[in-house]
Amino acid sequence: MTAVTAATTRAADAAEAQEIVFKKDTGAKVRMYLGLAVLVIWGLAPAYWMVVTAFRNVGYTFDTSPWPTHVTLDNFKTAFSTGRGNHFGAALVHSIIIGIVVTAVAMLVGMFAAYAMARMEFPGKYVVLGFILGASMFPGVALLTPLFKLFANLKWLAGANYQALVIPYISFALPLTIYTLTAFLAEMPWDLEESARIDGCTPAQAFRKIMLPLATPGLFTTAILVFLASWNEFMLASQFTTPQTQTVTVAIASFTGSQPHQEPYTAVMAAGAIVTVPLIIMVLIFQRWIVSGLTAGGVKG
Amino acid sequence: MAQISKRRTLAACAGIAVAAITAAGCSSSGGGGTSSSANNARGPITFVQGKDNVGLLAPMVAAWNAAHPTEKVTAKEQTDKADQQHDDLVQNFQAKSTTYDVVAVDVVWTAEFAAKGWLTPLKDSMALDTTGFLKAPVAAATYNNTLYAAPVSSDGGLLYYRKDLVPTPPKTIAELQADCAIAKKNGMSCYAGQFAKYEGLTCNVTEAMNTFGGKAVDAQGKPTIDSPESVAGLQYLVDGFKNGMIPQQELTFQEEQGRSAFEDGKYLFMRNWPYAYSLGSTDASSKIKGKFAVAPLPGVSGPGASTLGGHSAAISAFSTHKATALDFLKFLTSADQQKNNMEKGSLAPVIESMYTDPSLVSKYAYLPTLLTSIQNAVPRPVTPFYQGVTTAIQDNAYAALSGSKTAAQAVKDMQAAMLAASSGS
Amino acid sequence: MSAVAQQAPKKAPTPKARKSLNAGQARNGLLLVLPTLLFLSVIILYPLINAVVISFEKDAGLDKATGMFVQGGGAGISNYTHWLLQQCGTESCPPGTLGAQFYSAFWVTIFFTVVSVAIETVLGIWFAMIMNRDFKGRALVRAAILVPWAIPTAVTAKLFYFIFAYDGIANHLLGNIGLGPFLWTSDPWAAKFAIIIADVWKTTPFMALLILAGLQLIPSDVYEAAEIDGATKWQTFTKITLPLVKVPLMVAVLFRTLDVLRIYDLPAILTNGVGGTTSLSMLVVSQIRAGGFNSASALSTLVFLLIAFTAFLFIQFGGADVIKRPPGAKKKKDAAPPTAPAATAVAAQSGVTP
Repeated sequence: MTAVTAATTRAADAAEAQEIVFKKDTGAKVRMYLGLAVLVIWGLAPAYWMVVTAFRNVGYTFDTSPWPTHVTLDNFKTAFSTGRGNHFGAALVHSIIIGIVVTAVAMLVGMFAAYAMARMEFPGKYVVLGFILGASMFPGVALLTPLFKLFANLKWLAGANYQALVIPYISFALPLTIYTLTAFLAEMPWDLEESARIDGCTPAQAFRKIMLPLATPGLFTTAILVFLASWNEFMLASQFTTPQTQTVTVAIASFTGSQPHQEPYTAVMAAGAIVTVPLIIMVLIFQRWIVSGLTAGGVKG
Repeated sequence: MAQISKRRTLAACAGIAVAAITAAGCSSSGGGGTSSSANNARGPITFVQGKDNVGLLAPMVAAWNAAHPTEKVTAKEQTDKADQQHDDLVQNFQAKSTTYDVVAVDVVWTAEFAAKGWLTPLKDSMALDTTGFLKAPVAAATYNNTLYAAPVSSDGGLLYYRKDLVPTPPKTIAELQADCAIAKKNGMSCYAGQFAKYEGLTCNVTEAMNTFGGKAVDAQGKPTIDSPESVAGLQYLVDGFKNGMIPQQELTFQEEQGRSAFEDGKYLFMRNWPYAYSLGSTDASSKIKGKFAVAPLPGVSGPGASTLGGHSAAISAFSTHKATALDFLKFLTSADQQKNNMEKGSLAPVIESMYTDPSLVSKYAYLPTLLTSIQNAVPRPVTPFYQGVTTAIQDNAYAALSGSKTAAQAVKDMQAAMLAASSGS
Repeated sequence: MSAVAQQAPKKAPTPKARKSLNAGQARNGLLLVLPTLLFLSVIILYPLINAVVISFEKDAGLDKATGMFVQGGGAGISNYTHWLLQQCGTESCPPGTLGAQFYSAFWVTIFFTVVSVAIETVLGIWFAMIMNRDFKGRALVRAAILVPWAIPTAVTAKLFYFIFAYDGIANHLLGNIGLGPFLWTSDPWAAKFAIIIADVWKTTPFMALLILAGLQLIPSDVYEAAEIDGATKWQTFTKITLPLVKVPLMVAVLFRTLDVLRIYDLPAILTNGVGGTTSLSMLVVSQIRAGGFNSASALSTLVFLLIAFTAFLFIQFGGADVIKRPPGAKKKKDAAPPTAPAATAVAAQSGVTP
């Protein structure tokens, strides 16, 4: 098992190496924190405006003071209220269920295919690779009508038929899943696996104990991308969901003002803020797997 | 495959219609292969409409269901966006779905859906009495001299003006232009409309063209927009942008931006729908509470020709309970429901007498003005190629308003583009 | 740099041993990709073939006598010439028809793609390198970076529509420093950049995350060696980091490219095509809404061909690795183990033909 130990120390060393660079040069450190500041402002400024608007009284929707004014929780109440036939709360649950199922299945199916792509030789491999990529080249909207007819015939467009969304979402997620996973698997130091097998591990053990931990950043990154794609999807959801399966994006599109023509900006922004929260929590929980290996070692060292 | 069967049924439908233009037309086959017995059939139905802003739908359906326990209505709400409602209906019609029985259609979709054979014509045994209705909404629901939908709500453009600054509202366009001096004196902009490139632009532009006597399409749906009158109408707006009556930023304005700027006291006049009336007096941020009023849109000599808005309800050709559906249409257009819609949801009624109903007028002071607007309203082009026609108008009008084309050239191009769109590419 | 060059290929396995472990797995390989093929066939291949077939049929036309639509029958390639040669019937398409917008939509879509993806790539690499470092509050920074990606596109589009309104916050803030006001949703250039800003903001996290995962695979000894060799930061970046994250990076770039070539929501909601910002997908949607489903299918097929061609260019000239590097490179390595990262890439490119 020497190879494994080598891998961990290797990771720790890398972090140390970078530390050294920083210590050498306080200027670099300052620059890094400046970079961080730019980065955080970049990520958060428009989102900040979303939150400010979300907390603003609807009567002051178009106010441009850059800080929170006319603060109210009404928009969140509006977002969750069922008085106008909206079920945003239920839609959140639907989206989470759909997202989890899609992510789990797409990762599993994608993992199979990616392993075959990266580690095996079989006839027609390049055709399959091309086919998979080709699947994400057709304008999605043009697939809508044939799918609608297909699902209508299958009687999937009524009731709680999650599969009407889950199956297309998995299919749309697979090309990216397989390509990213293949790229990561192909880049991985497979000699470690072989060393482990020489050390007496079974192939399955070697994969689980040695390769899987190394692959976690790639796996979690891909899983997050798949989940987000399903979470964000609107076009199919707007046509294939029923009240029992309505997703958040459709629920948000169903928000209305108190009058025809009135745009419910503040409530939409409140809803936007709400749907972002579960994602942030998820990232906070998973972030140490997004970046494991190298930086995790750095924390220990 | 579904495509093939659609072709077959449509062909069959057309064949019947040729043989019997004056008789049943497509009604019995309805383009959908449903038997004519569906016309007499009763049972539960589904009513589909866009998102209900004001909570009218649930009590209305409850009222119907209480009176019709064996023919209950299930309501389905689509999203708030007209485009998405349109797409949803088209998908269901194309799949010949029997799920939707009664569908709410925007006034501009009726011709398209009717020509596709997706709507049940309201004639003979399925006839609907429209006596006492406003003319314009009925005209908008009529295609090929056949009524295809029941007008449910109406809408028209109004001229909002600052009554604290303009003692008498302008009746003519010349007066409106002259009144812009008042705006200048007060450091305000003059006129807000909807000039971003979207459906609202079609409304504003055809309004101007119709006011000057232009006509987008004739009774047969043939494009007739290339006329000196249409050019004059568009030129009026182009000049407005040139001479500062309409500020440049209005090229980005939809209803809400204009309303917010008007409420902010930045504009002297605004063309908008009735919804801005109550918000102008209730919005917390409104600086013009009690300082504005409405008038009919100005015309060349009298009131201008407003665009017609609103919704109708139609019976799907694929409905299996059409007799119930027809009763439900009658219920939707009944005086009680119309009054209720106005009282609870400010949805303008289609029954003319309602606009002078003292109990309504006392609450909604703009009603008589709106009546004038709708009485002079011209429906947007009634054509099965409406999407192509509105694109032709929007693209070319926007080019003219932003100064990259003359009004005359724009109108000429509109005509050509409308022709190309109507020939089905 | 010689030490670095020799360090890098350490991770390359001894080819013979690996090949023997994976020999005779043809059937297993096919079995593993079978579920994927099933999903893609039902949801994508079937509708795609369906669309291609009906693109050779005419759109429903109006029967003047009855006022009813009749299905048009065979169209040959007229739905394609409609777009490519701008033919509306027998004439060329007048301004204001969808057909007339094809080339404008084509070029603006390419423009969006090139500019957006270029900016996203640079920012993405930079973000990823910062996220890869060790500092206090790292978890929060990572979450913050991902916020834009977590907001649904429909909300993002509305948010930017709101930000870029004439009386909106963007003009307000720019006004404070004496700029503008801009007509963000009307002026041709401002409109294009409003869309690009929104798109870049939204999707840079996607790039950053994928590149970050790639950075995780770089063995630390490579950096150590670089340091010992006294390589500058720029050298370390261009000679080590970049070649080693190349595959994940190219996957990210390729998929972003395919996405932007099909961009719809942002221009549709932000500008609705004003100032020449109508994208190809918007044209497809407008054509479907106008009832021209067959000609819309033809347009979709054209878009598909355009994207396939782009992907081909990527594979052929943009670093062949994306599609064929994993297997192709392996083959090449079997023959001649490369001696430097750069050599790996070259080897991969030359070894593309299966």
